[in-house]
Amino acid sequence: MTDIAPVTLWAVLVAAGLCTYLLRLSFLAVFGRIDELPERASAALGYVPPAVLAALVAPSLAYADGAVALTPGNERLIAGGVAIAVAWKVESVLATIAGGLVTLWILQSL
Amino acid sequence: MERERRRSFVAGAADVGPILLGILPFALIAGVAAVEAGMTGIQAVAMSVFVFAGASQLAAIELIEQNAHALVIVGTVAAINLRLVMYSASIAPYLRSVSGRERLTLAYFLTDQVYAVSVTRFEGEEGTSRVWYFLGAGLPLWVVWVAGTWIGVVLGAGIPDGLSLDFAVPLTFIALLVPNLSDRPSVIAAAAASIAAVAGAGLPYNLGLIVGAVAGVATGVVAGAVE
Repeated sequence: MTDIAPVTLWAVLVAAGLCTYLLRLSFLAVFGRIDELPERASAALGYVPPAVLAALVAPSLAYADGAVALTPGNERLIAGGVAIAVAWKVESVLATIAGGLVTLWILQSL
Repeated sequence: MERERRRSFVAGAADVGPILLGILPFALIAGVAAVEAGMTGIQAVAMSVFVFAGASQLAAIELIEQNAHALVIVGTVAAINLRLVMYSASIAPYLRSVSGRERLTLAYFLTDQVYAVSVTRFEGEEGTSRVWYFLGAGLPLWVVWVAGTWIGVVLGAGIPDGLSLDFAVPLTFIALLVPNLSDRPSVIAAAAASIAAVAGAGLPYNLGLIVGAVAGVATGVVAGAVE
């Protein structure tokens, strides 16, 4: 449960929404002055989704009880591996979540 | 004119239709996870209205639960949503003739899904009313997103902790990540980001995420240049 004060949390929500809107608006607003994103900038932006998503996923799989645990005993690591395999094979969000969760439940019940 | 607008709106809605099924679980999770993180139901739904971008919301919820610094939360949302700049740049030429005020409205609805269906349609077809097609794709997506979040809030209270449903959040990131690993530089970027993020996980304010993302993008750019 978060300890962030409600006022701060509301400010975070508004600021996050405003940032996101301005990112969406960026080129829609300035179009006519700038025609296209420089190729190098656009290439770098292309790596943002895989980098950010991997950076979000990896620690939640690699850590168990506060320490890095790249061992078969780490249930979330194994369940995450199964989810990656499912996502690779069927590219379905529902199947990926189901595969990972069911694996975790099985491992926890052993 | 009226008929063309309606036809374009319906075409946009029809194209986005199958995608709605796929985003519903994300919306539910956004609601469930927000409440589990200690946010109120109103805050959870407000987040979906203000931000309207799934992956960044799930990341923000994760950070809120961990009491991360406010600037880190906002910075993470901005970092994940940087790709929207790319969509904005890519779709803008097709909306050349649209008035400035209408573009202010359309910008709000620019998501991965709306971008994907719109750019495909605009490339191939001249006759469509682009504004109405865009709204036809964007509005149903928005309704499913916001309503789905609210349903998640309602359902979330009744879900027992033993089910480890918090794990659904990294699992959804996995579902989003894997299709992004379409070429070798992207795989290298993801691998570098993973290593840096795990190494930096002990940093204060969850800065490890930013370290991981920056390391991943930089490595990806180098790998892409080498190829």
